[in-house]
Amino acid sequence: MSNHAKSTKTSSKNMTVKLKVWRQKDAKTEGKFENYSLDGVSASMSFLEMMDLLNEDLTKKGIAPVEFQSDCREGICGTCSCFINGQAHGPERGAATCQVYMRKFAEGETIVIEPWRAAAFPIIRDLVIDRSPFDRIIAAGGYTGAKTGPHADANSILVPKPDADKAMDAAACIGCGACVAACPNSSASLFTSAKITHLAMLPQGHPLRERRVLRMVEQMDKEGFGHCTNIGECQSACPKEIKIDFIAQMRREYLAAVVNQRPESKSGGSG
Amino acid sequence: MNKPLDARIPAGPIGEKWKKFKADMKLVNPANKRKHTVIVVGSGLAGSSASASLAEQGYQVKNFCISDSPRRAHSIAAQGGINAAKNYMNDGDSIYRLFYDTVKGGDYRSREANVHRLAEVSVDIIDQSVAAGVPFAREYGGELANRSFGGTQVSRTFYARGQTGQQLLIGAYQAMMKQVDDGGVQLHTFRELLDLVIVDGKARGIIVRNLLTGEIERHVADAVILATGGYGRVFFLSTNAYNSNATAIWRAHKRGALFGNPCFTQIHPTCIPQSGENQSKLTLMSESLRNDGRVWVPKKKEDCKKDPREIAEEDRDYYLERRYPAFGNLVPRDVASRAAKQVTDEGRGVGESELAVYLDFRDAIKRVGESTIREKYGNLFDIYREITDENPYEVPMRIYPAVHYTMGGLWVDYHLMSNIPGLFVLGEANFSDHGANRLGASALMQGLADGYFVAPFTVTNYIASTKMDPVKTDAPEFVSAESDTRKRLERIMTLGKKGCETAKNGGASRTVMEIYRELGKIMWEYVGMERTEAGLKTAIGRIQKLRAEFNSGFQLVLPDEGKARTQLLEVALRVEDFIELGELMAIDALERRESCGGHFRVESQDDGEAKRDDVNFAFVSAWEYSGDPSKPILNKEQLVFEHVHPTTRSYK
Repeated sequence: MSNHAKSTKTSSKNMTVKLKVWRQKDAKTEGKFENYSLDGVSASMSFLEMMDLLNEDLTKKGIAPVEFQSDCREGICGTCSCFINGQAHGPERGAATCQVYMRKFAEGETIVIEPWRAAAFPIIRDLVIDRSPFDRIIAAGGYTGAKTGPHADANSILVPKPDADKAMDAAACIGCGACVAACPNSSASLFTSAKITHLAMLPQGHPLRERRVLRMVEQMDKEGFGHCTNIGECQSACPKEIKIDFIAQMRREYLAAVVNQRPESKSGGSG
Repeated sequence: MNKPLDARIPAGPIGEKWKKFKADMKLVNPANKRKHTVIVVGSGLAGSSASASLAEQGYQVKNFCISDSPRRAHSIAAQGGINAAKNYMNDGDSIYRLFYDTVKGGDYRSREANVHRLAEVSVDIIDQSVAAGVPFAREYGGELANRSFGGTQVSRTFYARGQTGQQLLIGAYQAMMKQVDDGGVQLHTFRELLDLVIVDGKARGIIVRNLLTGEIERHVADAVILATGGYGRVFFLSTNAYNSNATAIWRAHKRGALFGNPCFTQIHPTCIPQSGENQSKLTLMSESLRNDGRVWVPKKKEDCKKDPREIAEEDRDYYLERRYPAFGNLVPRDVASRAAKQVTDEGRGVGESELAVYLDFRDAIKRVGESTIREKYGNLFDIYREITDENPYEVPMRIYPAVHYTMGGLWVDYHLMSNIPGLFVLGEANFSDHGANRLGASALMQGLADGYFVAPFTVTNYIASTKMDPVKTDAPEFVSAESDTRKRLERIMTLGKKGCETAKNGGASRTVMEIYRELGKIMWEYVGMERTEAGLKTAIGRIQKLRAEFNSGFQLVLPDEGKARTQLLEVALRVEDFIELGELMAIDALERRESCGGHFRVESQDDGEAKRDDVNFAFVSAWEYSGDPSKPILNKEQLVFEHVHPTTRSYK
């Protein structure tokens, strides 16, 4: 009968890890690494469950827990964001921080944990960062502009499957910011180009196509992100394995928009 | 209160009700809309779509979300798809059939008029989402693709790979962000609602806490919309996101909003089992896997620890195929979950914890080849391998049921307004459309129906037909609500310090997470898949004891006195609400002495199958807060079925 009584039988081998965690009070205060040793870590635990355990341990010692971000814990919401041993989202390819499991680490190993580091993503506290620039880039033009209301039947405009598939490949971005964190220039090009490509592939995205790329790129620069120099770290770090090809697409879109740019009429009807 | 509840359902034939409402509704002049502010709490499908739609009409919208970005809301994690009665497959689907399937799937505990409207607007949602750039799956001819889901005999589910929730949410989020840029929506991220403010009997504002600075803020409006999701995290372990919580709806409940059918929770049969005591969440394996996977456990207890590949065919019990030959492995979620519990209770569970059953693809791989299975389910198999470190192409998956969705929520009328005028509740946060069991691919449909196509009309009708005096944030009601919130925060922080002191002096004091985990265990054990009178009474006693422990202190370290981001303080505030809500769920389950949908009372069954009692329980339990969480007051909304006549669901 007692289901939970049974579940305590679970016996995974416990290990001890050494943690070197970035602690920082706020954006203005200088941060530093603190060292912690944590027992009772099992291989089947996720990395974030290990962090939960660390915080329980710190609480019992009267030390302030480490502040970090997470939500869905299954790799889709894009909330979690850590450098683990110098890699954005850690050692697992195509996975977010929440999808990293402790079996990837050895008994006694030292694990270095840091927040994303980019001027455009200020540190709020410990591992928590401010990614609101991404929202502002979307607000600048990452939409089709269709208002709520009756629309033509969804099948009245056919979309070739390869275009729909490419749109979906690009739309898979979870907005975590690993691309920015991994880029030596802290460029947001992979994030921005994924949205531009997603909407450029679909007929519904065409009316605002040129305005979109011009405004989103402008906003990206305004936020203080660096430029793309084709290094490719972004696509290696991306938990959704979004391809750098989209950045090339963004450049073509940008060029076409600059060449074709049509002035918006002052007498209304624009946008 | 104890008076009959008026659901304000328009008169007329079921297919005309919504049209009649729209024809009769009061309007607000476009130039006057900008003089009205609407607060929307939550930024998932319902919250984002409502915010965008209301701002497009001209209202001043203030949107609040607990995350760093509105796009993090838990709608994002929905995998399978969204239902709509488009009949693109020409397979006999219609609005009526979607309506019928949903009422029946909910085991006749939902409101017919609401469900019919949901089916009507389902077709508009697809058109809207395509116009917003949602990259739905398509056929080679360029048309939209459909697949089928449980509980139906047509293909009406639209999908975007295994990320339908993500794509629909991003569509609504982008429309909202356009309104942010245009000035129609004011976005407030990292804010948590801690109280609802009622002035002159109407919802006029909210008190929120800034989760980064600890500041308390007052916000005033002409209407308040709660779109804050479900309360599955009462069980601690669930497929819900870490931050999903019940605080917004619970605080509204404590200010007078009725809570409908709190005991109706959905337990999804195919999740990856718990692997240890420190686990923080459970991961879903899509229902679609049951198309090719066969569910079994060993016939003999002594085989349970053996390598499953070595167990002979005649020693395996394919118990779903045995008990439900007509539907086999594809019985609905509630039935499959209960059957899994029964075999593990018999001692035939597998895996280290003995709390799992096998989902075996051996025969499917033999039949169609590994590459076909990989093509269909590759990403799910990868997730499984990542989490369990086992290869499901070679060894059967181990799965077990887990809490997934809550059908109950705040009581709303046909207008999606609670019994507090001006307080609207959308999406999973309300109770109205899914009865006692939700069908797959219907949660996304409801969230967007409420936000895009229902609330914009009903909120307008409310604003146009309600006389409201101007209210400012220095009104006495705001001052006192803020003061209540501050006192509560102080109390929680004092309890945290007290617990730390106790522990320092060698006394017994648990951390807030330890208390929370225990609540989850009580809920799962007694208010989970099977409920008995004795078990529910035990649960109520243990929850009350836990509340007393909480109120005597727990360990919580507070750097900067809660003036900086302190996630465990957020958890403590939510846990206090979960404890009270958990008790209400147990009380509701005790009161409902019938089995229906996800609510299985052991005393009410026919040979292991749920036995409904339409004579005595065809009503919505709408609970009223009395001031004492242990003594809620029951109000009833009688359910009338004019079109879909209740029958016994059988899958044999």
